Amino acid sequence: MAATSGTPTGSPAPGSDPVLIDVEQPPGPASERSPNTVLLAVGLAYLVAVAVFMTYDIQGSLSFALELRAKKLLAMTLVGTGLATAAVLFHTMTGNRILTPVLIGLDSLYILIQSVSVAFFGALTFVSFDERIRFAVAVAIMVAFVLVLDAIFLRRAVTDLPLLVLGGIVLGGMFTSLAALVIRLIDPNEFLILEDLLFASFTLVNEELLVISGVVIAVGLALVARVRRTLDVIALGRPTAISLGADYDRVNRRLIVLIAVLVAVPTALVGPVTFLGLLASNATYELTRSFRHHVTVPISSLAAATLLIAAQFVLEELLDFATRPSIIVGFVGGIVFIVLVLREVR
Amino acid sequence: MSIEVRAVSKRYGDRVVLDVDELTIEPGGVTALIGPNGAGKSTLLSVAARLLEPDTGTVRIAGLDVRSAPSAEIARTVSVLRQDNRVAVRLTVRELVEFGRFPHSGGKLSLADRDVVETSIEAFDLGDRQHQRLDELSGGERQRAFIAAVLAQSTDYVLLDEPLNNLDLQQADRTTRQIRRLADDFDKTVVIVLHDVNIAAHHADRLVALRDGRVALDGPPDEVITTDGLRVLYDLPLPVTVIDGRPVALHFLRHGRNGAES
Ligand SMILES: Nc1ncnc2c1ncn2[C@@H]1O[C@H](COP(=O)(O)OP(=O)(O)OP(=O)(O)O)[C@@H](O)[C@H]1O
Ligand SMILES: [Mg+2]
Repeated sequence: MAATSGTPTGSPAPGSDPVLIDVEQPPGPASERSPNTVLLAVGLAYLVAVAVFMTYDIQGSLSFALELRAKKLLAMTLVGTGLATAAVLFHTMTGNRILTPVLIGLDSLYILIQSVSVAFFGALTFVSFDERIRFAVAVAIMVAFVLVLDAIFLRRAVTDLPLLVLGGIVLGGMFTSLAALVIRLIDPNEFLILEDLLFASFTLVNEELLVISGVVIAVGLALVARVRRTLDVIALGRPTAISLGADYDRVNRRLIVLIAVLVAVPTALVGPVTFLGLLASNATYELTRSFRHHVTVPISSLAAATLLIAAQFVLEELLDFATRPSIIVGFVGGIVFIVLVLREVR
Repeated sequence: MSIEVRAVSKRYGDRVVLDVDELTIEPGGVTALIGPNGAGKSTLLSVAARLLEPDTGTVRIAGLDVRSAPSAEIARTVSVLRQDNRVAVRLTVRELVEFGRFPHSGGKLSLADRDVVETSIEAFDLGDRQHQRLDELSGGERQRAFIAAVLAQSTDYVLLDEPLNNLDLQQADRTTRQIRRLADDFDKTVVIVLHDVNIAAHHADRLVALRDGRVALDGPPDEVITTDGLRVLYDLPLPVTVIDGRPVALHFLRHGRNGAES
């Protein structure tokens, strides 16, 4: 199959410490970049982005500005980590690196949930609801959707990729059209509020939700770290993984739940950031030529966070908020997605 | 402790592709599965290796029911080379062979694991190819890499689906000798799918011939490889002679030098 993750450069790390990053210098060809170098570079880029974002052109109260920016940074880091990790896990599960959880319609579902809520309750009433409840309900609906999808056809679809992609496109399209229909019913003034809900925004993130999301994503990462070696075997594909004693179907059934949570939480926190996970994970595969999870998960998470911070910084500070970072990421990511698809087709 | 196939059947639509009532393979020795294309050889092997769910029946290997025993335990008991052996990601030869140790190492290779990896790579003459990616190898080199990975898994039961595919004469010879050694020197139980009935007759202790999903013939080579036996399997009248005490089917003699049917 042509659709594969990148090329690893050598043997797996024999390290015994149970941390996510335990890359040993592989004995492979010297010409290839080692994952350590990439991790260092991406980590550095992240730190630079953080430093610039925190310190650039501060006016007024220093402590207030720093706190506001730190919150934004935390939100972007969480969103990047959740979406990138979900994308990597989805690729592992499907054996195909151009798929993203977005393809099963999650982003469109979120848009539908928000539109219906605004239409039903009225924008002002809806926005006045407890943010924690809105967050929990959105997460619950998205996760439940994935579970239902999994029960009725995803399990088959994982081995039947065209069906999966087709199903995702159909469902996504359906949600989008439904949302469009609902939006027509909404008062234009209320629509502005809805728009705010629909496009990822890092400016006004609820502190409590930030903490909850952080905990959920940290737990998800810890789980991934614990089973990372099994995940490496899962990535080899069903028959090979089973031959090697991995409980392929059971692991995948749990993986889909984890993926759903890792996409739903960031989306409910700030709104959809389409293609971010795809962009960051594929950049990671290209740079490291590895599919090992102790390499791809941390690097793609850092890369995704850095991308978001950079986009936000350019838009907010340099271009004066002309547009949202998710739109830029979606635009760039969309182009990369098309390029990837074309490359696979060839 | 043996391989016990009981009432195993598999159908696709209306077509029954496997229907084996009872087949027991005693421990030790090399058993060759032969039979025409589509006879169900790979299907049987896949069911035994729990890669495919049968519609009915059970397979037990060393007492483990392959459908219900813990997958990890089965992986330390039985290894399998598939006919269509691809992996979903790009690996080097060495990485592939290292993954063969996963059932024992859990992904963390000990020094002993590394020794096994080294030995397996050398056994299949892949030392100078070990850092090359599988997709950069020739068909035969890739086939050897996959066999080496199976060898590295160090299981008592080894299932090999057409291991000689793509191998040149020398490498095929090397591989059949390795397979014999597994049984003779290491007491392993080897089941191997072969198309060349003469290689099967020469290297196997027992031949099980499938046709249309059923066991058509079963016995030592000289009982299975006969003109009558081969007619049952392949619908061809083939002369059989004996060399070194083993039957040899002269399948190439049916055609004149100009290729015309005789
Ligand atoms: N997924 C499938 N769907 C439908 N039919 C299948 C499927 N897999 C296998 N079959 C059928 O089952 C029959 C047995 O296949 P199998 O692969 O076991 O044959 P085989 O004896 O290994 O043949 P060969 O020598 O060509 O490898 C074939 O006729 C094949 O068409
Ligand atoms: Mg076959």
